[in-house]
Amino acid sequence: MAAQPETIDQVRAVTEQKYKYGFTTDIEAEVAPKGLNEDIVRFISAKKGEPEWLLEWRLKAFRVWQTMEEPQWAAVSFPPIDYQDAHYYAAPKKKEGPKSLDEVDPELLKTYEKLGIPLREQEILAGVEGTEGKTPAIAVDAVFDSVSVATTFKAKLEEMGIIFCSISEAVQKNPELVRKYLGSVVPYTDNFYATLNCAVFTDGSFVYIPKGVRCPMELSTYFRINQANTGQFERTLIIADEGACVSYLEGCTAPKRDENQLHAAVVELVAMDDATIKYSTVQNWYPGNEDGVGGIYNFVTKRGACRGRNSKISWTQVETGSAITWKYPSCILQGDNSVGEFYSVAITNNFQQADTGTKMIHIGKNTRSTIVSKGISAGRAQQTYRGLVKILPKAEGARNHTQCDSLLIGDQCGAHTVPYIESRNRSARIEHEATTAKISEDQLFYCRQRGISEEDAVSLIVNGFCKEVLKELPMEFAVEAQKLVGISLEGSVG
Amino acid sequence: MIEIKNLHATVDGKEILKGVDLTIRPGEVHAIMGPNGAGKSTLSYVLAGRDGYEVTEGSVSFYGKDLLAMEPEERAAEGVFLAFQYPVEIPGVGNTTFLKTAINAIRKHRGEKELDAMQFLKLIREKTKALGMSDEMLKRAVNVGFSGGEKKRNETLQMAVLEPRFAVLDETDSGLDIDALKIVAEGVNALRSPERSMLVITHYQRLLDYIVPDHVHVLAAGRIVKSGGKELALELEKNGYRDFGVNEAA
Ligand SMILES: Nc1ncnc2c1ncn2[C@@H]1O[C@H](COP(=O)(O)OP(=O)(O)OP(=O)(O)O)[C@@H](O)[C@H]1O
Ligand SMILES: [Mg+2]
Repeated sequence: MAAQPETIDQVRAVTEQKYKYGFTTDIEAEVAPKGLNEDIVRFISAKKGEPEWLLEWRLKAFRVWQTMEEPQWAAVSFPPIDYQDAHYYAAPKKKEGPKSLDEVDPELLKTYEKLGIPLREQEILAGVEGTEGKTPAIAVDAVFDSVSVATTFKAKLEEMGIIFCSISEAVQKNPELVRKYLGSVVPYTDNFYATLNCAVFTDGSFVYIPKGVRCPMELSTYFRINQANTGQFERTLIIADEGACVSYLEGCTAPKRDENQLHAAVVELVAMDDATIKYSTVQNWYPGNEDGVGGIYNFVTKRGACRGRNSKISWTQVETGSAITWKYPSCILQGDNSVGEFYSVAITNNFQQADTGTKMIHIGKNTRSTIVSKGISAGRAQQTYRGLVKILPKAEGARNHTQCDSLLIGDQCGAHTVPYIESRNRSARIEHEATTAKISEDQLFYCRQRGISEEDAVSLIVNGFCKEVLKELPMEFAVEAQKLVGISLEGSVG
Repeated sequence: MIEIKNLHATVDGKEILKGVDLTIRPGEVHAIMGPNGAGKSTLSYVLAGRDGYEVTEGSVSFYGKDLLAMEPEERAAEGVFLAFQYPVEIPGVGNTTFLKTAINAIRKHRGEKELDAMQFLKLIREKTKALGMSDEMLKRAVNVGFSGGEKKRNETLQMAVLEPRFAVLDETDSGLDIDALKIVAEGVNALRSPERSMLVITHYQRLLDYIVPDHVHVLAAGRIVKSGGKELALELEKNGYRDFGVNEAA
């Protein structure tokens, strides 16, 4: 039976996203003057007391960036961004970086409390159920506008030789590690947004897991944009040395603002022999309102290098926020027998646009990759899965399996699948499956007849649709993500 | 008590129900028979509150409340259950999850405490066993890949778990094999109680051998044209609907 227009209206009504993180924090901030030029790059570098080599690297990137043009190939559209009309540095005003949580501005602590992010270590201990007597499950690095405000459980991790701190701190304390790996996966010439990030990145997280160490807790970073008219350019670098193992989670929110804000992050992962990195993202930046006003432009470059034999990098992302998402977490499978995985749920509603997917570059022998992408579109949103599977001549026995499913709610949204496959080795096996489905009138009525409200029915069906991906998330966050999936498609906030 | 009075309903502007009158008292089982396209399923959808089925005249009172003013999920919470003629597939959503969400939504609406995982599991195991269904079917997605008969059994299971006050069974017998028919009928009979009433839509007298109705009605061209006791079904089986001036193939 054809969908009745009034029912579609109802579905639309329940799918209108209510954003609960849209408050701002009143904090005095130190902000760089608007605009972008070499002086601003020098200003940022000086603010951070960076060594000469890093400033030089930033400047090289800036000069390359000036010759670049914004990529046009993605299926997203937005008015031109005036890169001179933004601040490239904003930090909560403080004489020095906080040494302990007690020194952190109470306003800031309140902000994180509102967001439900535990910064007090004992709160984290108290908040985790079923882990009595075990090591706490989460260590958090919180980044507010451009600056990391707190990293928890640092001391405990240090005992094991694990470094988990802000990247600014790593530049000071572990310059040789940063210098060796920064830009080694995403070079400073990579693409328009990544290159811009190299020039003006302000903070982000740094992780180093030494040989043979399995990180005993989830490492987690929460990003928060607060200041108006600032871009956020974080830089994350994670290195798992031989036989090391780490699971890392990133979450993000921003206040409601009518103007669009740019978020152009770069994440680099390096896995050596037998190392495993699991990187999970729950991205919930402000998506703009029902009419498509405001929201974050999330133009992010994420890439992992499986440098060593038997190494593994697994990306899991739940993308529900942002006005525009442009993001392709990728794996370079260099080491023999290395494994790359990409599990993605992307939800777009109202006027949100997302062009997201992954690249799996098979270089080593017997490299394997798995791609599972679940796209959900509602309202007038447009979504594209864009994926590249590339098998180089030496990748004997390489295998890829791609599963790409789209779910539509209503009839004004769109889903598109653009898989690119390039195979230069005849022994490679590549499989691609794609489906598109719609939440039907029949399904909603069936659920409602059983007593389930329309909103809950949408949430139930969508969660069922993407459970294959949600189960890949660390347990502590799976429930949160499930709720978020519901919330971002419902009219109410749970 | 369910009182349907002079019910008229249109679908896509076309009048399908043309004045249905029917009163069902608590504990009664009524059977509705009638030619294809007569409006039997339409009546069940109107009672359940499906979008697109517009009531143009008449009323339905459900234990004193105006049923037509309620949303479908409110009707379900009030105790209206429809076993669908064509049960719907919901990929990705496990049968157990679905049922648990449903029963807890209904309990919540009624101000009752939600069932926890253990309580629910116990309940559903019991009901599944009684209907001769396998646990494996509970793990599968709602109706996905179920055979026609399995879908009908699943509808019966849902009814048994949700324990409605008023159940409409739309051709629950079609597609069932002989043994399954008995099992499902037994399941339905087990639910018969002085507080629960049922409206059984069927084409076959055979089902009514198992689920013996108190009243049988003939719905033709959007109206109830004849009512009687259970012997009316036998009569229809013999003579078809030609006595009512309708062509069976209509
Ligand atoms: N969306 C629709 N648009 C137009 N006509 C419709 C629509 N839905 C149902 N009808 C018509 O309404 C009439 C009644 O259909 P209904 O499904 O209620 O019949 P039924 O008595 O249940 O038949 P059966 O015994 O075959 O199940 C049929 O003629 C059908 O074609
Ligand atoms: Mg019918």
